[in-house]
Amino acid sequence: MAEDDPPFDEMFESPERIRPPYRRYDDWIKEEDLARLRRKAEESESFFRRTGITFNVYGREEATERLIPFDIVPRVLSAREWARLARGIDQRVRAINAFLYDVYHRQEILRAGRVPAGLITGNEAFLPQMIGVSPPGGVYTHIVGVDIVRTGEDEFYVLEDNARTPSGVSYMLENRETMLHMFPELFTTNKVQNVSNYPEHLRRSLSACAPDSCPGRPVVAILTPGIHNSAYFEHSFLADQMGVDLVEGSDLKVVDGRVAMRTTRGFQPIDVLYRRVDDDFLDPLNFNPASVLGVPGVMDIYRAGNITIANAPGTGIADDKAIYSYMPEIVQFYTGEKPILGNIPTWRCGEKDALAYVLDHISELVIKEVHGSGGYGMLVGPAASKKEITAFTAKLKAKPANYIAQPTLALSTVPVLTRQGLAPRHVDLRPFVLVSPNRIDLVPGGLTRVALKKGSLVVNSSQGGGTKDTWVLEE
Amino acid sequence: MLGRTAGGLFWMFRYLERSENTARLIEAGFRIALTRSAAAEDEWSSIVTVTGSREAYLARQDTFSGAQVVNFLLREKQNPSSVISVIEAARNNARMVRTALTREVWEAVNETWILFRDLLARPINERDLPQVLATIRQQGALVRGALHGTMLRNDIYDFARLGTFLERADNTARILNVKYYVLLPSVSYVGTSLDNVQWETILRSVSAYRSYRWLYGGQINARSIADFLLLDLSMPRSLAFCYEKIYRNLNYLADDYGFRNNCHDQAMTIRERLAGHTIDTILDSGLHEFVEEFIRDNNQLGREIETNYRFIG
Repeated sequence: MAEDDPPFDEMFESPERIRPPYRRYDDWIKEEDLARLRRKAEESESFFRRTGITFNVYGREEATERLIPFDIVPRVLSAREWARLARGIDQRVRAINAFLYDVYHRQEILRAGRVPAGLITGNEAFLPQMIGVSPPGGVYTHIVGVDIVRTGEDEFYVLEDNARTPSGVSYMLENRETMLHMFPELFTTNKVQNVSNYPEHLRRSLSACAPDSCPGRPVVAILTPGIHNSAYFEHSFLADQMGVDLVEGSDLKVVDGRVAMRTTRGFQPIDVLYRRVDDDFLDPLNFNPASVLGVPGVMDIYRAGNITIANAPGTGIADDKAIYSYMPEIVQFYTGEKPILGNIPTWRCGEKDALAYVLDHISELVIKEVHGSGGYGMLVGPAASKKEITAFTAKLKAKPANYIAQPTLALSTVPVLTRQGLAPRHVDLRPFVLVSPNRIDLVPGGLTRVALKKGSLVVNSSQGGGTKDTWVLEE
Repeated sequence: MLGRTAGGLFWMFRYLERSENTARLIEAGFRIALTRSAAAEDEWSSIVTVTGSREAYLARQDTFSGAQVVNFLLREKQNPSSVISVIEAARNNARMVRTALTREVWEAVNETWILFRDLLARPINERDLPQVLATIRQQGALVRGALHGTMLRNDIYDFARLGTFLERADNTARILNVKYYVLLPSVSYVGTSLDNVQWETILRSVSAYRSYRWLYGGQINARSIADFLLLDLSMPRSLAFCYEKIYRNLNYLADDYGFRNNCHDQAMTIRERLAGHTIDTILDSGLHEFVEEFIRDNNQLGREIETNYRFIG
């Protein structure tokens, strides 16, 4: 990870040598005309806009619905690379679920001193209301989006474990549809593993987590904050694809000890609620009393075992950025195995020595808020101006425990199509993991996010990132 | 189906219908302005009244000039019944109920919204107006076509149709409410020329100028126009036609769900009242009163449907 080496490019080993997974793609693109490709790229944009695949950007009056730019060059992984990633992710997700069960029950890991107790009990992501509660089927994180970055041939690291309500899976699916539509010929020459059955997997996986008391086919519903939420498109897309109702808090009410939705024929009880609202807004009686997005009393029904909430409330304690630095210990503690996927070295600024180091090296590091997400409130040292660094230093010194710092990784690059042709841009990867009792499913693919600005390392869509179709090749 | 979804469908189609109706009114006004400029200002004024936005209009303008009215009705975002506001509302409802729509219907609505946003971004001048109005009409047809061609005939469809016909009945009744006096068999209008501006506006604003002539040939008179708009079951914008549809769609729902609601009785009452009248009995007992009562009952039915099918909690 030396800074001066050029970053690892996943397609080009050198300008002349193509890495194996990309060889067939390279054969194809060499024969393509740049003007035609540019035209295709524009077509894809109008396709996305017509279909309404947009996301909402907070804090902008006009043009509140924006497209996430789509790049037509796929990101390709070999079956071997994927197999290793899949094993690592499976292990990590198992550990996360075991960890969550433990912190809300006997807290063995704290007793063993492997994770400081103060980090858990003093953490706002830790929900005391979940203590002693066992979710149906023992599953906490029904859906996890593990963010992976790559720095070399075999060097994959977990950047974040998104264990609350990870989004982006609709882009994974629509990106593939778009590619199939625009470049069908590519799928004849490349054997790409299918991702389109994700909604069926999701429905089956959620149904398998229904409460024991549920007779017959479980009623599943997705809870959305509404059409103004940034991920609303995804909520409606998944409801549509799974064939389940898309409900808002105002549609739900506790009726006879069950959570029920108001239909044109009366109230119908729900067995599994895939909620896309944060814990804090889930239940105004048990959490934020000002919330209008949630359902008064849903937590009481949940604690009584009469509804499954996916993901379970309180899972945020597992993807907290301060907990993240303990993930290698957590994996080892619960699985008894060495972690297959690495963690990025992380300085916890709340610790005195770490803070001193971070302040000394601030221009080389990436500093993140412990509870932040979406690329907001972070500092990318090497890209920051003197003024930005000074301002950030003040914030950091004021509340050091709110921050962690990581080295600026030389994230791998994949080419994107620019006006001049192919040019490398940094990427990350978010595969989506489904957890049901005794089973973990991983759809072969994921969402590749790409920083479209040359040299940029920030891939978040809210910060000008784009996406790519992600191919996992068959053996 | 979720009650909120039913409400979203109902309102989505009310708004879509409204945008077409507004475009149609503008078309009628424009036609009058071009052919009989002396009557233009009065016509624009009554068109604003029909859309129910007279107060909002007068809050920003003193006179009823064509350009001002057209822009107010097409593209004024502060006017909740302008075409742009209404399309925005229709599309927001469509987003909310997207899982109940086929891809074709959703894309038609979304495309319409994208198109109108661009089309109505700048003031519309006279030269472009016919094209703009034609586009609004075409897009309406596109959405309707997608609905007819791709949606299952189930409760989703029923709520969409209920919204369409309640809005349409309201619109025709509002036109009659503003213009009722020209249809009265009063002395001053007996024997007036076939070229009566008012009559033409009325017919054009419900897109029925040609069908009326076709149906009645040379017999153009106030009485038959009133009959045509109120009671003619072959005229797709007449009150009686709308109520046949509303009644039928409510019955489909009752069959489907296995229960009836208050709204069924109300719709039946309104339908029977229309069927029980001839145009002469209506004119005898007072056209204005009849229309006003109809508007009230029609609104009341809308509210009843909203309650009976739990659109809101």
